[in-house]
Amino acid sequence: MTIALSVVDLTRDFDVSAPWLNRVIERKPKAFLRAVDDISFEVPLGSCLSLVGESGCGKSTVARLVTGLYRPSSGTIKFSAGKTGAPLSAQMIFQDPFASLNPRWRVFDVIAEPLREFGLRKGTTAIAGRVAELLTTVGLSPNDGRKFPHEFSGGQRQRISIARALAGEPEFLVCDEPTSALDVSVQAQILNLMRRLQDEMGLTYLFISHDMSVVRHMSNQIAVMYLGRIVEQAATEQLFADPKHPYTRMLLETIPNVRNPKRQREAPAGEVPSPMNPPSGCTFHTRCPLADGRCKVERPEMRAYPGGSRVACHRVAESMAALAVPA
Amino acid sequence: MTQTPILDVKALRVEFPGRHGTVTALADVSFSIQPGEILGVVGESGAGKSMAGLAVQGLLEPPGRVSGGEVRLDGRRIDTLTDGEMEKVRGKEIGAIFQDPLTSLNPLFSVGQQLVETIRLHLGLDRKTARARAIALLTEVGIPAPDVRVDHYPHQFSGGMRQRVVIALALAARPKLIIADEPTTALDVSIQAQITALLRKLCDDHGTAVMLVTHDMGVIAETADRVAVMYAGRLVEVGPVAEVIANPQHPYTAGLMGSIPALGARVPMLTQIDGSMPRLDAIPAGCAFNPRCPKVMDRCRVERPELMPSGSGQSACWLKAMETTP
Repeated sequence: MTIALSVVDLTRDFDVSAPWLNRVIERKPKAFLRAVDDISFEVPLGSCLSLVGESGCGKSTVARLVTGLYRPSSGTIKFSAGKTGAPLSAQMIFQDPFASLNPRWRVFDVIAEPLREFGLRKGTTAIAGRVAELLTTVGLSPNDGRKFPHEFSGGQRQRISIARALAGEPEFLVCDEPTSALDVSVQAQILNLMRRLQDEMGLTYLFISHDMSVVRHMSNQIAVMYLGRIVEQAATEQLFADPKHPYTRMLLETIPNVRNPKRQREAPAGEVPSPMNPPSGCTFHTRCPLADGRCKVERPEMRAYPGGSRVACHRVAESMAALAVPA
Repeated sequence: MTQTPILDVKALRVEFPGRHGTVTALADVSFSIQPGEILGVVGESGAGKSMAGLAVQGLLEPPGRVSGGEVRLDGRRIDTLTDGEMEKVRGKEIGAIFQDPLTSLNPLFSVGQQLVETIRLHLGLDRKTARARAIALLTEVGIPAPDVRVDHYPHQFSGGMRQRVVIALALAARPKLIIADEPTTALDVSIQAQITALLRKLCDDHGTAVMLVTHDMGVIAETADRVAVMYAGRLVEVGPVAEVIANPQHPYTAGLMGSIPALGARVPMLTQIDGSMPRLDAIPAGCAFNPRCPKVMDRCRVERPELMPSGSGQSACWLKAMETTP
């Protein structure tokens, strides 16, 4: 198994201090928000790893760190060598197709820009041919290149974003909630398109979503994040069949299931604490049904378990002590 | 069921007159909600589901207007009331919950002041009793330490707690009907589960009828008793939730169900409905769904189907008409 991307001990702090003068007058210290806290994962070539979690858990920050839009505070992000020997090239698909396309550019220019910038095609006819080809690949007509983004629906705009990402001939795509702004029937079109492109072009995906059912459909591996940390990572089927971390279990229990609704369920108590002031020890202890004294003080290590899952939880470690090996 | 429904909407039609002709936003929308029942109204963006909720409350933005049909609340016709009369109905008899809990609360007043104002206006209580009732309401919607929280401002609450405050406001005058427009869309899944459980409980405890407008079939499946599926301003299917999900009668509902990724088994490709919903000023002749329908027939392109009995509910599709009258 070749590794396409390896992320080791990645941390990102944001400075959220008050302005300098306020700090001096009000004697406030500098304040930092740790959006991503010491996370490590690997994405095998040609597969799809999904990061899931509730809002504010740091999943989009990871996407932006991986694509270089933010610099890490510490830790390393390493792409392995691609077909040409250079590191794999990465592109990103953003959540909101209404904000990620320049409204004053024709679709043709939106898609042609990476071709011109990276010098991937030379000459007007070569560029026009490639743009037409990309538009066809994503299920639009080559004539659509003459139109402006506002002439398209949300789903079509997301297709344009995908065509633009593909124009850079990436081998790695980072998709930050690509379908959460879309209606379900359109979401299905985009997910099908992304699966087809992965099969045809051998793309590797880092997929960010809050929707467990979308994640299940798309990914080979799932990493569940909570307050900036990965709490559990496992193969998709493994995670759904045997969720180990109490947070993963809670997530799986609370997602509404259309085909098998649980009407009389117990809603989970509590809310996600503020990342400005995360709880001590295991950050989930404030909402965890299994938490004890140790969880409040000691931060759990990530441990590997048989079946290939990695879990950061004291209680799981205790109950499976005989089987666990430090990861 | 022979009792008077709390809300009875018949052949409701909403139009927006404009310079380039009149756009019909809702046509022939008929449904009813019984006491203690939750009716889910589901559809994609632009299907007219929010419009239906607004039309019932008389909150259409001009030039939009109700141009046909009738709306009855507990047997009394409310679509013909004047604005002044309607103001007394809203808040007292119809409670509203909107999508974004931050913008539906006034940031300059504490939640207690907002609750007390609503309670005093509609129930005519004195300040002290109203405050006690405000605290009781906050307790009922599950806000911890309500006697302290009552004096807090909206920004001091988290998203889920704010939505609870909005629900408390909607309940303030013990309305017969609550119209909840995407009440959980802005919330995380674990909080969403708390809010839907709360809505269900309140509905069971007080026999309040709820019109739950959402695009999320999962929320409908877990909360509603019956579901009405909308497409391009029309109802395409109405029926008991479990039936509609297990055995959708209309091809659009079937497509919608197929496009939801399943949690159970991983399928190689999702069923997709090609194309997208038509713009309201360019609704095709005949059945509005015909250009996207996998089972389209000649009749669908010319003649518009009405809701007709189908399975254990109703659906507006010529296929069903053919099955029943061979």
